[in-house]
Amino acid sequence: MKSFASKERSSQVKVAFTTSGNDLNAPLDSRFGRAAKFLVYNLDTNAFMVIDNRQNLNAAQGAGIQSAETVARSGAKVLVTGHCGPKAFRVLSAARIKVYTTDAATVEEALERFRTGKLAMAPSGDVEAHWA
Amino acid sequence: MILGVASGKGGTGKTTVSLNLARVLGSDVRLLDCDVEEPNCHLFLKGVARENETVAIPVPQVDESLCDGCGECGRFCEYHAIVSFGTKTLVFPEMCHGCGGCAKGCPRKAIHEVNKRIGVVETVQAGNITLIQGRMDVGVAMAPPLIRAVKARLQNGLPAILDAPPGTSCPVIATLRGTDFVLLVTEPTPFGLHDLKLAVDMVRELGMPFGVVVNRVGIGDDRVHVFCKQEGIPILLEIPEDRRIAEVYSKGGLIVEALPEYRGLFRSLIEKTMNLKSAEGF
Repeated sequence: MKSFASKERSSQVKVAFTTSGNDLNAPLDSRFGRAAKFLVYNLDTNAFMVIDNRQNLNAAQGAGIQSAETVARSGAKVLVTGHCGPKAFRVLSAARIKVYTTDAATVEEALERFRTGKLAMAPSGDVEAHWA
Repeated sequence: MILGVASGKGGTGKTTVSLNLARVLGSDVRLLDCDVEEPNCHLFLKGVARENETVAIPVPQVDESLCDGCGECGRFCEYHAIVSFGTKTLVFPEMCHGCGGCAKGCPRKAIHEVNKRIGVVETVQAGNITLIQGRMDVGVAMAPPLIRAVKARLQNGLPAILDAPPGTSCPVIATLRGTDFVLLVTEPTPFGLHDLKLAVDMVRELGMPFGVVVNRVGIGDDRVHVFCKQEGIPILLEIPEDRRIAEVYSKGGLIVEALPEYRGLFRSLIEKTMNLKSAEGF
């Protein structure tokens, strides 16, 4: 019963990673709000897609909020990134997206750490807001 | 005439120029301290406080029983101050510019606006100068709404001098919009020149007539002068590097009061500005 439950959950899980590249070997972007791209990985099918987030690179304000909205619309229920600010965290929490932070160098390394349970869930935003 | 006093670089002497111009004018003038994050004109004026008004901006409040999470509000908001995507609508009041678009655009009329205090506007009468200054509350990040509140106290027909914040960003634009002429204060140093160029680009983009005031002439180099000559920008006033000016300033005094020999210099700035303004066809 327990294994069934966890299997079912995993079949629904899409994990979003912040990155500057287009594949698993690409660097993990330590920033969330102003990450260039999100790589959304489906743990069930091992397929992934990349969402461009460059519109937010030059946003005057609210980059974290907009990025959180983008991740929520992607269907991801987990976010793995370097750091996450307080406003983005509030939006992600409202969308029931779990946030994990890591210093992994690449998306693949971050994915591996996530799969093997080496990442801790962030209880709140871990960096100060850039605006207010 | 409404005169804006701006600069790219901070600490070049905007407040010094604004205050001394206002005082040497002699007749009734409004001095607007638009540097609402750190207003300092009042430090140099001994006057009587006339008014103290609270300024607020309208921010959205969502009635969750009416909201169906359609997200229209979030799509409208350029500043991401409100966001909604089927779960719950979140409001970030500190990022809201108070435009009211989210409330107007909400198909279910689930948003109404509540006032959020952002600061105060203080009015002080000091001789011929009516000082109107904004003072932003601690923790408020957006100056333009308060600057607009300060400018709302301009009176038609009365001359005014607007002391802008440093830089070239939104608070400066909010200050300069609607002024008749802009003075860009700089110092003859590489830093001064670098930021003067930014400020010149800004006022040209705004299409406003402007001239330059060079403060502390005698320090640095001649590159500001060379730049102004090349670009055909009039230098309307040169304030020499003079230790006595610094001493007067450090005691909260006005140059034109403590050092009468400088009165003529500031008067000539008014004349040159008026001449340029009429030459521009205002």
